[in-house]
Amino acid sequence: MSWDITDIKNWDWRKHPRGAVIRDPGSAKQFKTGGWRSARPIWDEEKCSQCLLCFVLCPDSAIKARDEKITTFDYDFCKGCGICAYECPRDAISMVDEAEARKKEESEEGGP
Amino acid sequence: MVVSNNEINKTVAIVGTDAIAEAMRQIDPDVVAAYPITPQTAIVETFAQMVADGQVNTNYVPVESEHSAMSAAIGAAAAGARVMTATSSQGLALMWELLYIASGLRLPIVMPNVNRALSAPINIHCDHSDSMGARDTGWIQLFSENAQEAYDNTIQAMRIAEHSDVLLPVMILLDGFIISHAIDRMELLDDATVRKFVGTYKPEDSLLNASQPVTYGAFDGLYGYYFEFKRQQEEAMRNSIKVIREVGQEYGAISGRPYDLFESVGLDDAEFVIIALGSAAGTVRSEVECLRESGMPIGMIKLRVFRPFPAQELVAALAGKKAVAVLDRSDTFAANMGGPVFIELRSALYEVEKKPLLVNYVYGLGGRDLSVELVNKAANELAGIAQSGQVKQRVNYLGLRE
Repeated sequence: MSWDITDIKNWDWRKHPRGAVIRDPGSAKQFKTGGWRSARPIWDEEKCSQCLLCFVLCPDSAIKARDEKITTFDYDFCKGCGICAYECPRDAISMVDEAEARKKEESEEGGP
Repeated sequence: MVVSNNEINKTVAIVGTDAIAEAMRQIDPDVVAAYPITPQTAIVETFAQMVADGQVNTNYVPVESEHSAMSAAIGAAAAGARVMTATSSQGLALMWELLYIASGLRLPIVMPNVNRALSAPINIHCDHSDSMGARDTGWIQLFSENAQEAYDNTIQAMRIAEHSDVLLPVMILLDGFIISHAIDRMELLDDATVRKFVGTYKPEDSLLNASQPVTYGAFDGLYGYYFEFKRQQEEAMRNSIKVIREVGQEYGAISGRPYDLFESVGLDDAEFVIIALGSAAGTVRSEVECLRESGMPIGMIKLRVFRPFPAQELVAALAGKKAVAVLDRSDTFAANMGGPVFIELRSALYEVEKKPLLVNYVYGLGGRDLSVELVNKAANELAGIAQSGQVKQRVNYLGLRE
């Protein structure tokens, strides 16, 4: 059952499903929690040995892998806990200040 | 012990706990998770024996505490099962946080609570402080005067809880020892009649329905719709008044014992009225009938439903009365505000222009006996209030050594 919640902020109290039941399970991925992050892991593919420790240990499944290789860090969900950087045996992940990282991103994109 | 039989009702002499266990056997719930506590113990012991003897299909979960009992009940109910448990006093108190979760998730769990005082000091006897403390947890609360009503309320509770306009958990209250452990003459319905009455529970949402998967108990989110969900609960409670009455009528049709929000004696011509709930109603009725025979214009109301509080209906029933005495078997410790029933009734009467004078009698704490002499004392004081038009002391302690 698909569940259109685009306008949920304006829903009348009667419209919500009884008992706060979620009739569209797995929809948590629509709720992006990466905004909580204050430190950002930066992955250095050159140093990485593809041991996949970070992939296994990430508490939020924010490190993506395919065919036994890390592909990307999903910043929509990474909360910046730093476990990946702490555990990496090759120091291939470094934690940087999120605000700095964002500022840098914006200047590279020529943003505001 | 069977005394006599007719087609539907079988007259028996049993204790209140057995009456509840019989109702549970006839309902045959999918899951019962319970922990024994005096004076509820005999309910779950007897029911566990019924499970062991194969008299029911219930999956019985012997847990290690009441906190776990209600937790297991919630999990099973969310999975789509028809669930019951039972408790008393400290056990109800230990269920505290789960009571709100059961009602918040709108799970129609049915739970007899054998009313017993809360510690300290430790006391195993009857008063209503346990369930009155849980009055704002979002559970429907039905009080019983005797074993018959405890049995009848348990069967009706299933239908009320599972009604699609309600979907709230229901607590059935019966006075510890006075009802739970005293042998009462009562009538049991036959199994087929009860099974037909309670029907089959078809949950709208259930964790085990693979074709329509759902999530129960998720975080409300940072947007926050908690407020909206609480408003829905209040609406369900409002809806339940109509449903409780309908189910009570329907139950009357099969058993010959119809139920309403409250019942009354002599309201037509009474000038003043005593309100009581639970087993005290029997003592009050007996004395009120005596006093009426001797010409006193007194009446009584036995309140069956405390949550939802039938404010409108009580206000209508008390229209034109000069004075009302409310008997409360628990205190609120709110500094001279009186017991919970008194506070609710006083609030309900606020908008009424010609309201009766109100007096409160807190009685029977920790199982202190309510004798007919005490009811007589309260009745005479009430007559004095009606006559003089003055309440000298709003909150009184009936039967207190002073």
